[in-house]
Amino acid sequence: MTDASMQSPETGRHAASLTATDARTIKRAKAEKRFRTYGIVAIATGLFFLVVLFASILSQGIPAFQRTVVSVDFTLTEQQREEAESTLFKTKAYSDLFIAALNKELTERGVEVDFDDAAIERLLGKVGGTIRTFYAENPDQLGQPIEFDLAASSRVDGYFKGRVSRDTLQDSRFLQLSDLDLVDALKEAGIIKQGFNWPFITGADSGVDNPGGAGIGASVVGSFFMMMVVLVLSLPIGVAASIYLEEFAPQNKFTDLIEVNISNLAAVPSIVFGILGLAVFIQFMHLPQSAPLVGGLVLTLMTLPTIIISTRASLKAVPPSIRDAALGVGASKMQAVFHHVLPLAAPGILTGTIIGLAQALGETAPLLLIGMVGFVARGYPDGFLAGFTEPNSAMPAQIYTWAARADVGFYEKAWGGIIILLMFLLTMNIIAIILRRRFERRW
Amino acid sequence: MPIAWLILIVLAIAAVGYVLGRSRALQSAGGDSRGLHSLPVFYGTNVALKTVVPAFGLLILWLLAQPLFVNSQISDMIPESAIKEGSSRSLVMAEVRRTASGLDNAVAQGTLSETAANNADADVSELTQILKDAGQVVTSDISQPVLNAAQRYRLMNATGYTIMSFVVLFVALIGAAAGWLQTNADYRARNVVEQGVGVLLLAAASIAILTTVGIVLSLVFNTWEFFKLYPATDFFFGLTWSPSFSGRGGLSELGIIPLLWGTLYISFVALLVAVPIGLFAAIYLSEYASPRVRSVAKPMLEVLAGIPTIVYGLFALLTVGPLLLNIFGADGLGWMKAGTAVMTAGVVMGIMLIPFVSSLSDDIINAVPQAMRDGSYGLGATQSETIRQVVLPAALPGIVGAILLAASRAIGETMIVVLGAGAAARLSLNPFEAMTTVTAKIVSQLTGDADFASPEALVAFALGMTLFVLTLGLNVFALYIVRKYREQYE
Repeated sequence: MTDASMQSPETGRHAASLTATDARTIKRAKAEKRFRTYGIVAIATGLFFLVVLFASILSQGIPAFQRTVVSVDFTLTEQQREEAESTLFKTKAYSDLFIAALNKELTERGVEVDFDDAAIERLLGKVGGTIRTFYAENPDQLGQPIEFDLAASSRVDGYFKGRVSRDTLQDSRFLQLSDLDLVDALKEAGIIKQGFNWPFITGADSGVDNPGGAGIGASVVGSFFMMMVVLVLSLPIGVAASIYLEEFAPQNKFTDLIEVNISNLAAVPSIVFGILGLAVFIQFMHLPQSAPLVGGLVLTLMTLPTIIISTRASLKAVPPSIRDAALGVGASKMQAVFHHVLPLAAPGILTGTIIGLAQALGETAPLLLIGMVGFVARGYPDGFLAGFTEPNSAMPAQIYTWAARADVGFYEKAWGGIIILLMFLLTMNIIAIILRRRFERRW
Repeated sequence: MPIAWLILIVLAIAAVGYVLGRSRALQSAGGDSRGLHSLPVFYGTNVALKTVVPAFGLLILWLLAQPLFVNSQISDMIPESAIKEGSSRSLVMAEVRRTASGLDNAVAQGTLSETAANNADADVSELTQILKDAGQVVTSDISQPVLNAAQRYRLMNATGYTIMSFVVLFVALIGAAAGWLQTNADYRARNVVEQGVGVLLLAAASIAILTTVGIVLSLVFNTWEFFKLYPATDFFFGLTWSPSFSGRGGLSELGIIPLLWGTLYISFVALLVAVPIGLFAAIYLSEYASPRVRSVAKPMLEVLAGIPTIVYGLFALLTVGPLLLNIFGADGLGWMKAGTAVMTAGVVMGIMLIPFVSSLSDDIINAVPQAMRDGSYGLGATQSETIRQVVLPAALPGIVGAILLAASRAIGETMIVVLGAGAAARLSLNPFEAMTTVTAKIVSQLTGDADFASPEALVAFALGMTLFVLTLGLNVFALYIVRKYREQYE
């Protein structure tokens, strides 16, 4: 430490020699080394956090892509169906039929473990609804044996993935210790097995009590429609605004006002944009709540500053000689910009737009305020136009919904959703990088 | 959705107008484009622009104005007697709109005929039952005035949209015709088109201003409403935050101080994590690191900034929270009761802010002229002495600006605190206790409740206003410092 206090006469400056380093030099060299170490430690800590983050995402998210299924041959006759449809709890009737069939099959195979209907019921997820929908859609399959792959209950799923173990399991109405023996026996028999969880990728959200059936597909579609709105609105508006500011704007108070506004909007917290969306689009204009259209509008306003800033940078990077040459051969100012500058700046603009879209895709807070949370997005939209106005969720909002639910089974889904979200972001960013590498021109 | 069709039809008219305008121009020049004032394209574009711009402008204005007009008309129609005790006109209006959309959906599903939906003397309970059977969410008892208002609402909207479609199409056709008639060889189409495009560009740039105006207006207007229901002094100086959703006002205590305290405390913890790590990382990257290390480490750190905040929120809730609970919880030091706490949110937010601090500081340190370093080395200083005594003091204003920007980011951050900080508003010094923030409360006051008239919902706008002013102030100040500093060395 080379403070003024250190330059006291005691340091023995006159006794310094070139061959032996004095105490003060050693001290300074040490300080130098220490300082350098601080830097390395700081970077290492940052990278360590990054590694921990990704490790915990992957380790906790990958199980979401696996599911445990009970696969059974099952035959439903016309008569059984009519009986089931005539009862009050229809899905219950179906699942009772299925349990009976499974029970019969187990007895035939001679499984050595004791079991009863109740135990089988505990092992299965909500199967009645699945069976009922299947036969409602395929009435011609009635009376024929069909192999069903039905989701096991979330606790059995947890047992396979190590979330539930014999030591920690407490008997409850959901799962009892003795059931695990049955599970092991069924696993031996190949009736319970693990497989890739397609329903997670293609399915829609389930109710709060059925984590096994929850899928992210519907919210991916919701996000897709939102991004369509963002792209269609923010790209032309952003490019037009940048062209004006970069090429045509006179030096005056109004231009300054626009510039100040854009730089400030880029720093406004995203939740404030959510308040804007709630007040203007929902409260004032009465657009439908939870609709991807409204989400897209809010995210457009948020993304515009990002796109404008990057577009202006790439317009600025086009050398003035291009404009001069165009003007020199008789083009108007407008023609010079649209025919020559804009095409040359296009790769940069595209890159900026993709990065802006990626940001918008991951944004959650404004979506919470416009109502994309607190309801269950149970299905896909009915058509292309309905996709914009029907209530739907979006990927980050869906992840938040799962994270906020009480059942631990949903946490796995939330991590799995994050993996899918990050995969989309990664793809978009890689496309942006490739575009930049491939088309960017250095002048 | 008829509006989508309307847009398509107008675009089709514009396309036809483009072709016709172009060919008329060529015709008037005898088929030789050299006889024209402008290129043929401009004549076509002229017609197309004159078709599209006024028509769409009118469409947007109409869409904005009609709900306002219809609402005020219907609102006047509801008699004072129909508004129940403890209810308000806006609540009744919300019910009217719900009923109207229920009727719309029921008609669309075919469970209700158009005439039955418009029958003013219809039996109210019967209609309610039909709506419920159709799966529409309606309140248990639609009263006669509400039903009539809803029917009138539907009617007015339907007529309004029909008139709008005709007027917009008419304007589009008039525009196309006018553009087409103007077209002749001497018409200065290029100048007109370019002027028009210039105006469109200016309009696009003005959207930034409109957005700000929209934010400010929506915040100010609703905050004003809130202060009419709840005294401003109690809001700004109240020490308790306990909203009640059962009683309509009066019972809630909505003091912002505990929320502000939670916000600032969490931001402080976050900066405590982010500033040392970010600053040292920036120093190492800009002064010591070889280009190869730099080209790897810098983008890696910046990945942290590209991760969506919901991921950090989940990371706080499910990874960092339980981890801290293991160390500081009942099994460890016994300071912590639950995984959600100031510490959890603060640390995770700090991780998120590292790249903000490091990238900005890196730029600023790089902007310090090399001559200053060389001067210091020439006097015999070591590299670290140079950094501490020459480079950092020179870069200090910029670094302060960077830290302020990070602080404004921390204050406005939502998802991490919603998931990681807990929901209890309290004034406490213990960083292992759950606290809540302004942003988290905005989310919890505004989600799930569609009633904007109660002070419990309106308070979110006052909170938003506070947040907006706070972050805007920090940003303006930070940018001012950064800019002032940059000019010194350029």
